[in-house]
Amino acid sequence: MAAFILARLLTLLPVLCGVSVVVFLLIHLIPGNALQMFLGTQVDMTPAQMDELRRLFGLTKPLPLQYADWLGRIVRGDFGVSLRTGRPVLPDILARLPVSVELTLLALVFALALALPIGIASAIRRGTAEDAAIRVGGLIGLSIPNFWLATMLLLFLPGRVLPIASIGVYVRFFADPVGNLTVLALPAFSLGVVLTAVLMRFVRSSLLEVLGQDYVRTARAKGLRERLVIDRHALRNALIPVITVVGFQAGYLLGGTVVIEEVFALPGMGRLALNAIAQRDYPVVQGVVLVIAMLFVLTNIVVDVLYAYVDPRVRYR
Amino acid sequence: MIGPPAAPRPRVRPAAPPRPRPTFAVRFLRTPVAVAGAVIVGGYLLAAGAAPVLAPGDPLAMASQALLAPPGGPHPFGTDQFGRDVASRLLYGARVSLSVSFASVLVALAVGGAAGVAAGYFGGALDGVLMRSMDVIFAFPAVLLAIAIMAAAGTAVWTIVAAIGVVYTPQFARVSRASALAVRGLEYVDAASALGAGTGRILWNHILPNIAAPLIVQTSLSLSLAILTESALSFLGLGTQPPTPSWGNMLAESRRFMALASWTAVFPGAAIALIVLGFNLIGDGLRDLLDPRLRV
Repeated sequence: MAAFILARLLTLLPVLCGVSVVVFLLIHLIPGNALQMFLGTQVDMTPAQMDELRRLFGLTKPLPLQYADWLGRIVRGDFGVSLRTGRPVLPDILARLPVSVELTLLALVFALALALPIGIASAIRRGTAEDAAIRVGGLIGLSIPNFWLATMLLLFLPGRVLPIASIGVYVRFFADPVGNLTVLALPAFSLGVVLTAVLMRFVRSSLLEVLGQDYVRTARAKGLRERLVIDRHALRNALIPVITVVGFQAGYLLGGTVVIEEVFALPGMGRLALNAIAQRDYPVVQGVVLVIAMLFVLTNIVVDVLYAYVDPRVRYR
Repeated sequence: MIGPPAAPRPRVRPAAPPRPRPTFAVRFLRTPVAVAGAVIVGGYLLAAGAAPVLAPGDPLAMASQALLAPPGGPHPFGTDQFGRDVASRLLYGARVSLSVSFASVLVALAVGGAAGVAAGYFGGALDGVLMRSMDVIFAFPAVLLAIAIMAAAGTAVWTIVAAIGVVYTPQFARVSRASALAVRGLEYVDAASALGAGTGRILWNHILPNIAAPLIVQTSLSLSLAILTESALSFLGLGTQPPTPSWGNMLAESRRFMALASWTAVFPGAAIALIVLGFNLIGDGLRDLLDPRLRV
């Protein structure tokens, strides 16, 4: 198992390098130049002074060298300083990380809690009116933009329920668990609906596929009750690939937090990035993008390992 | 009139031909899901195309005497905080949202499809380089990467198209690579090669038709994602810029006034949800139709 994990980590190394190159180049994509952005239009400088600053910031070196310098600092945990506050970027990002991660996890839990039973019921009742209704519901769930759903909930939920949606009063989980979950309930729901639809559809088709397998026929032929056939033989095998889908969809959730945090005014990483974009505070934007991408890559390593753990065949491929 | 007698028609009764496989169009029309999707998407395309005729007013014209007017009368969907007609803005917004989405998916299809075919057909180092680059793009959450590109490159229309196009390229590359790989080893490709067909000819005539089906399905599903991404970007102020209406920025602008005028928030979002549903329906239907292996 350790060898498997190590092998997975090694294959991800080039991907992580690529990710860092993309994030580094984002700043160099900026029309005009980052230094001018940093100084703003108020500051008048002689060309000589500009050159001096460029040399100071290491901007006169060739791009690959600049990248190496930058990567060296990132690896040591130095993500640069905010152009607005002058504070180091990383601590500010890490302070907001728990909000986004919690929102992501809650949405995932919500989606799994709903998608598994509904998907299973849909597959078992294949071809009935309920199944048809569930399939249509799934397609609709897949099509609703999360930020619109969130907006509609804020707009139309009756006052009795609305305290749940009280905006901008985020409390940390460890300070006040109930208050924290109350605030995050609607955001997590808005974020989780699409994932629910995706997982539900997947569970349905995966279970249907397994139900057509020989060993399920054998189980039925030997007189096993249908309930046991499903529980013991079909479900276990049908649910394994769901792990992979969750891994893929983690990207949807992590990207979605940016939008959902904005709608509900939650103090997460996404909103930090959006504010930074509005203020042209590029080191902060760069930092958040890098951290979220690394989270996503990390999630997929965890998913791979989980998968290898549940399905031993993978380890020997 | 005298002339040679007409040759008697040979009275051979042809063997009853095997019932021809219904054409693609017929099979498509027999798939209710796909038809429903096509009707929705077709309706949107018509509405967007005929916006100047259908729109009750100018999407940009402000009217101070009719701020936040409720739906009805001259404004079937009401007006917004500047007195602009919501229905007209939705129709013109459809033009923006649809053309940006179509253009970006076209970019993704062209780039991703070509990269995938090249990787799958030629294999080797090219395969490695191309697919690892796709993995890098795939390592970013889609919406986040689009946001980052927009933040760095500015909010011109072509950057929106490029940003969304880049984000959805890897899916096309993976789909077409897998299909090209599967087809490459088949006898008829060897046969064509043995008959002296060049690489270009083999790719165009033999590989492409066989990977078209999964690419078409992917196109339809990507269109729904592209619409969602464009509207999310515009919602965050990083996509289509006001005053040009797009469904996403209409929804964003409505947020400060929606408690007074719910219609300004309800209709743009509903417009997005319905067209996305349309593309998803087509995608589902096409997948059942074109790729029987995936049918459940």
